[in-house]
Parts: sequence; structure tokens; C-alpha cells
Amino acid sequence: MAVDRRALLKGLSAAAAAAAVTPPASAAAQRKPAPPDAVGMLYDATLCIGCKTCVVACRKANNLEYEAHSTLWDDPVDLSGRTKNIIKLYREGSRVSYMKQQCMHCLDPGCVGACMMGSFQKREHGIVTWKGDRCIGCRYCAVACPYNIPKFEWDKAFPLVVKCELCSHRLAEGKIPACCEVCPRHAVIYGSYPELLAEAKRRLAEQPDHYYPKVFGEHDGGGTQVLYLTARDVPFEKLGLPTLDEEPVPHLVRTVQHGIYKGFIAPVVLYVALGAVMLRNRKKGGGHE
Amino acid sequence: MQRSQPGAVSSTPDYSPGVDRRDFIKICCMAAAAVGLPPAAGLKMAEAVAKGLKPSVIWLHFQECTGCTETLLRTSHPGVAELILDLISLDYSETLLAAAGKQAEEALHAAMHAHEGKFVCVVEGAIPLKDGGIYCQIGGRTAKAIMEEVGGKAGAIIAIGSCASWGGIPSADPNPTGAVGAPAVLPGKTVVTIPGCPANPYNLLGTVLQYATFGTLPALDSKGRPLTSYARVIHEDCPRRPHFDAGRFVRQFGDEGHRLGWCLYQMGCKGPATHANCSLQHFGEVPGAWPIGIGHPCFGCTEQTLAFRAPLHATVGIDRPTPPDTYPPIHPERGGVSAVATGVAGLVGGALIGAGLMASKKLGEGPSPQKEE
Repeated sequence: MAVDRRALLKGLSAAAAAAAVTPPASAAAQRKPAPPDAVGMLYDATLCIGCKTCVVACRKANNLEYEAHSTLWDDPVDLSGRTKNIIKLYREGSRVSYMKQQCMHCLDPGCVGACMMGSFQKREHGIVTWKGDRCIGCRYCAVACPYNIPKFEWDKAFPLVVKCELCSHRLAEGKIPACCEVCPRHAVIYGSYPELLAEAKRRLAEQPDHYYPKVFGEHDGGGTQVLYLTARDVPFEKLGLPTLDEEPVPHLVRTVQHGIYKGFIAPVVLYVALGAVMLRNRKKGGGHE
Repeated sequence: MQRSQPGAVSSTPDYSPGVDRRDFIKICCMAAAAVGLPPAAGLKMAEAVAKGLKPSVIWLHFQECTGCTETLLRTSHPGVAELILDLISLDYSETLLAAAGKQAEEALHAAMHAHEGKFVCVVEGAIPLKDGGIYCQIGGRTAKAIMEEVGGKAGAIIAIGSCASWGGIPSADPNPTGAVGAPAVLPGKTVVTIPGCPANPYNLLGTVLQYATFGTLPALDSKGRPLTSYARVIHEDCPRRPHFDAGRFVRQFGDEGHRLGWCLYQMGCKGPATHANCSLQHFGEVPGAWPIGIGHPCFGCTEQTLAFRAPLHATVGIDRPTPPDTYPPIHPERGGVSAVATGVAGLVGGALIGAGLMASKKLGEGPSPQKEE
């Protein structure tokens, strides 16, 4: 027999035991705090009028080409390699609400957790940015993101990963993100993360009948630096935001992966076991050939 | 066709000094168009007026600034100030009446009884109800009592201006006199409301002439406003709408966008929530003579929920997004995979697996014949 079943199972169980040694800490304890200089955005769906000025401004600020799918000049249907920010329409009967979609800039991002090359990083002000020099194009980031944000330039020979980076190049110039600058109704505003959270809570307290009683992003998926408010009769799920618990998105994956490699015990045990199997096999069939 | 000169002797009879038949029919057609009637109706109106079938109008003034009357008199082209006196028989109007005091009161009663059930009652101004309505009295009688008496005998009641329609400025918070509009005082009666501050005179003229000529009133919405003038919001027909659609907004008064005539939404324009025809029927026929035309956001003067209530520079929601089909849904549809594509993919996949199996089989067999050689 080429593989010793017994030995293999032994090795695997040893690895599993090593992983299980560290019990997963509670979600609250795992939550990463916002960086002290964290900035973000607050989008209030009850204020948005769907003028799409932010979509146009985003294109200009980020040098993105227009995206036409019909006879219209620009009508992106979803975030894509050419669209970092989009206004979508929720409609059920006569009830309509708009939804602005862009990177949520998670406090503990799934993309950063998934990116094996470290192309995705939380950098200055807690902004999740992507740097292409190390990217191998695996697109794990797109799979790992619960909001379906990172997009791949499928139509290019040398594709990049595209997503909102909170206009970090404009912030460096002392400006604010383009979408927040142009919004005629201040439906999306820019500010420091604690201030935005306080503002969102103030609005909720001021008009409890008007708003759905929750600030999306305060706890969801470990918290996001982009916060959302919506009307009372349009829950966040209807706007396409996922239902997440308070556990940070990459928490489970990290627990398993980090657990397996903790102290490098499990790999060593596994390879020792495999080595033992090989040695035994060699001794057994040593005279062969 | 020789047009009559002022003072010249003309073979055709003049309907009024300084206005010839042509101008007269024109103004009738304009008034007909204002309430959505075909041009032929304008001709009928002119004929009815020429035959002396002028509608008797009793014009009541309550809590107001007389701005609606003043604008009606100052419409500039062509001389509505004169024509109004010829198109209608204005039997009682406190602003225009030569008589005063007891004489004026008698004129009101005479007109009211002479045309009972047929005359048009035009109301201008809000009616105070607080403290027994003592805050507006004429000839010792409260506005409410006058309104109820005259309104009860009228054939048609038209409330001109926002004050008469729903309370207007006098009803602004804290509304010290308890001012309300005419419809609130006359429950159960059809009151045509022509809100505006001031109201566009053509919306009134058309309504009055339609009633005089055909005995009917224009189709009304739930607030008594003629659908011909108030069915659409300013935003839908705004000349600056393309700037809105392109996201070109005035960011502050006097900026480049303001000088270039961009959309005034961010400056607090109430156009998206204001039902009125200002953008189509410019005020007093002067092109551009309306707030947005001169670079100021719409004030929402026709809307009870906006005018004198919503802050001037606060933005409003947009109820009816047009065109709505240019927005992607929350979950955009993805291109599906057709049955044929699935079949082809299956065949290719199957062939590859088969080829792989055969190849591995042959690889396994391969060395044995070599050994034999």
C-alpha cells in the first residue's frame, strides 16, 4: 500500500487539534477598532434624489471612461472596471429608493484578509487601497468581499483591480471625495468616522419614524467606515446590503488559517508524519527494482 | 388686413377702445389655451363676449396683498388690463370699484341678486376663523359671513392666489388669525383653486371664460386645481432641466454655473415638488419673468406644504424620478447561459475527459511494446 491511511489520519488529526487549541474569541473582542485618523462617508438614502451627479463626478475625479449599455451616453448597470460608484434604484410598486454603491472601507476588510500578496491594505485614514505592483490577478478579493465591490478589468489585456479608494488622491490635495463634494442635497457626506457615526445617530434620534432604526456599518461585518441610513419601510436588504453579523468578515477564515499555522506546529507534525510514512514505505519495498 | 389705429374710424365695430377684433380673438384663444381648450373655443368665447354674454364676476378681497389683482391689471401683452373689463363684467371689486362705503355694499348686493346662481365669485385672500373671524371685517361683517353668503349664491367659485386657495402668507406659522383658504370655509362646494403668489392671470382668465362660454369648469385635481395648469410639476418642464440631468448645479449664487444658467436645485429650488405651469406659461406673458427664469430657485408658492413653510434654500425630495428606466436595479440581471451553450460546453468537456482517459490508458500501455522491441 502506497499511502499509510493510519499515519495520514494521525497527522491530519494532529493538525486539527492544533487548530482547535485556540478557541475562537468572541466577535466583539475580535473587532478591530477604527484607526484614530479614520475618515469615511455617510449616505442617507432618504435624502438621495438619484441625480447621479456623484457618478459623473467620480468618473472625472478618477479618470474613468463612460460606460454605455444602451443609447444613453453613460448608463453603467453595476460596479465594474470602469465604474467605482453607482446609483441604483430600488422599486417595489410605487415605492422607490435610491442606493449608492461603492467601497465600504471596512474596519476589518475581507479583501485585505483574502489578498495573499498584500496588494490590498488599509492605509492612511483607514482607506482600503489596492496597489497593483504585487497583484497576481487571483481575484480572491472579489470573492471575499461581502459587498461585491472589487472589480476586475475583464476587457483589458493587462487588467487591474478597480474599486473606490475614497478619492485618496484628492484627500492628499486637501480636497474631499468627489461624490461628497458635488452631491446637491448632501445625501452623501464626508467626514471623520466618529463624527459621521454621531451624525447618523443624531438623525436616527431626531426622526425615529422616518428612518429604519439602524446605522448600517456601525457593527455589520465588523464595522465599515462608510455608513448608511435608509427609510423606515425600506430595510437595508432591499437596497442590496448583505445581512452580516457583528463578526468581522475575514474572522472565520483567519481563525482557521492562523490556527493551522499557529507556532508552525501543525505543518511540522504533518510533514513529520508524511516523512515517517515515506521512510516506512522505502524500508518495506527497499529491494524493489 | 388693415388694423385699426387708436382713434381712427373703423368700419368694424371696436370691442374696446384701443383693441381691435384680431387682438381680441387672440387673447380669447390664449385664454382658451391656458385651460387646455382648442383654438375654436377661443373664437366661441370671443363671440359670446361680443354678444354681451359676459360673465358677471364678483371679486371678493380678504386677507391679502391685492397682488393677484395687481398682476392681472399689469399683464403687458396685449393689454389684458383693458380686456379683462370687456371679457367679463366685473360687477363688484373692492380694488377697482369707483364706489365706496354704503354705495359699494349696495353694488355687491345688486350684482349678487341680479345674477343669482349664475355669477362667478372670485375670492382673493385668506379668511380668518380665530376669535369668531373678527380679524377681517368689511361693512361690519366678517370675511367668513361674506364668503358664505356670496359663495352660497354663486354659480362658480374660484379662489385666486395661494391665500384664497389654502391660506397663503396669512396662514404661515404661527397663523395668529387662524387664516384658511376658501375651500375650508365652503365645505361641500366646488371651489376652483388657482394657487400662486401671485397666481398666473391666464389660469384665472381661462377658467372664467370656459365657465362663461360652456358653463363648465376645467377638470380639477384633489386640491381643486385645474389639471390644465397644475397637473405637472415645474421640474418636468423646466428649461434648466437638462442641467439637472447632467449634474450641473449652481453651487452658490454668482458662481460660474449660476452665470451660465445651470440647475438651481442645490440652491433650494422647489420645482421638483411644485405643481404649476410657470415654466410653460411665463408670468404675465413676459418671457423669462418667473423665479427660475431670473436665476432664483422656485419658491413653491402654489404648494401649501412648501411656501412660507419650507426654508427658502432647503432642498426638496423628488417624488417622480423621470426617466426611471435609466437606473440599474439593486441586483442587476446577469447574462444567462443558454441551453445550447450548456450543451456545447458539455460536449467539449466530455470529449476532453474522454481524450484524457484514452491518453492515460495508452500511456499505461505504452512501455510494454517498447520493452518487446
